[in-house]
Amino acid sequence: MRSTVAALLRKELLVELRTLESVPGMSLFAVTTFVVFHFALNRSTVEGDLGAGILWVTLLFAAILGINRLFVADAEEGGFDGFLLAPVERTAMLVAKALTLLAYLVVLELVAIPAFALLLLGPPLGHALPGLIGVLALGDLGVAVIGTLVAALAVRTRARDLLGPLLGLPLFVPIVIGGARATSPLLTGAHNAAPAARWLLTLGLYDLVFGLIAYALFDFLLED
Amino acid sequence: MYGKSLRALSISTVVAMALALSLVFFYAPLEAEQGFLQKIFYVHVPLSIVALCGFVIGALLAIQHLRTRDPRWDMRSYVAIHMSLIFAVGALITGSIWAKGSWGHWWVWNEPTLVSFLIVFLLYATYQPLRFAIEDPERQARYASVFAITAGAFVPLNFIAVRLSTAYVHPRVLGSTSNLPAPMALTFVVSLLAMALLYATLCKYELTAKHTRAQVRALRRRLLGDAEEARGGRARSAAPSLPPSATIGPRTSPRTAL
Repeated sequence: MRSTVAALLRKELLVELRTLESVPGMSLFAVTTFVVFHFALNRSTVEGDLGAGILWVTLLFAAILGINRLFVADAEEGGFDGFLLAPVERTAMLVAKALTLLAYLVVLELVAIPAFALLLLGPPLGHALPGLIGVLALGDLGVAVIGTLVAALAVRTRARDLLGPLLGLPLFVPIVIGGARATSPLLTGAHNAAPAARWLLTLGLYDLVFGLIAYALFDFLLED
Repeated sequence: MYGKSLRALSISTVVAMALALSLVFFYAPLEAEQGFLQKIFYVHVPLSIVALCGFVIGALLAIQHLRTRDPRWDMRSYVAIHMSLIFAVGALITGSIWAKGSWGHWWVWNEPTLVSFLIVFLLYATYQPLRFAIEDPERQARYASVFAITAGAFVPLNFIAVRLSTAYVHPRVLGSTSNLPAPMALTFVVSLLAMALLYATLCKYELTAKHTRAQVRALRRRLLGDAEEARGGRARSAAPSLPPSATIGPRTSPRTAL
């Protein structure tokens, strides 16, 4: 199982490195969205609730770009067939794809968070960074798991570009609730700001439950 | 054989509905603060409860479908979710009317139950587009079941998350029956029962209709041959349909099957 996941993950990252199909687009999208928010809100700085909302909406929509492309190569170039012919556990594909998506999200945030701090955020981010990293890690885990499940559901339908976001957004609502509420005290510039434990707990539980659901159901999506 | 208990079920639904409505209008006392408006509670809350239970039942039926691979379970799951969607529209509309009447706004964001209900509704609204976008019936059924189970698990999770996020600005009017005076509680329970019966009857009707249609198609095919049947051409649809083998056995003649 572990070697299968490692091989698949290596393949995914190699393909992404050679084609650069998803991550640069996601990052560029996020930066552009910050610019759009600046003009749409007509504000040069944001903080607190508003800042957290803008950050999470932008990250989520950028993630959806990646989710839409996650399985396209497998569906079109026969990646699914090749994988199904191999005598390996099918769950390995779920784990590898979720880790791939997680890696995409981490790179996206390495670009988007500094850009956000530079372009829009009023108070300095400095001492809130460890808390923010914790919240983002929990949120990314959930987005990666749900995104993989939704992408696998949508990829072999006729309207996949439409169905992916439609299926995904309602499922992401609890992550946005937890993520944005936990982030907003971090963006106020207060010195002892920390994310509330109950939001981290909500995010963690949600990740766990959807991890189990995806683990139980993913095999059924790969059967033909 | 499929519509056997339909008459009994329909009659009991009509009786229960009549009883519930007469209790609502003639027995239950007027609520002190909201007056007559509060009567919508006996329609709105049962509608929402039945719709949510229907979504969860749809998920359980989908689990059964993935286990047995019997298309009949998929059809039951489809009907349960389809009917719940209709009930959910009713619940959203009545909830909106109630909010307008008691708080003065058509939509209130700090009522967590209403908000989570909307999110669940938006998720389930993609169920039929998803089915419609998959052509192969076997894969359509399988993917729909995966969706139904995911969404069924999402229902309680989402309610917890949204409730956590909302500070209670309005007192929760009637969260459970425990804080209701006895006549109101009785009326509410009867209304809930009537609504559940209505749901069951409508599901039964839809299942019977689908089953009969599949039977008719199978008989036609047997009488006219595949070519004649194929000429009619089946429109692509989001609704599942049973294969002919699931409706009438291969050895029975059309006459005995009828």
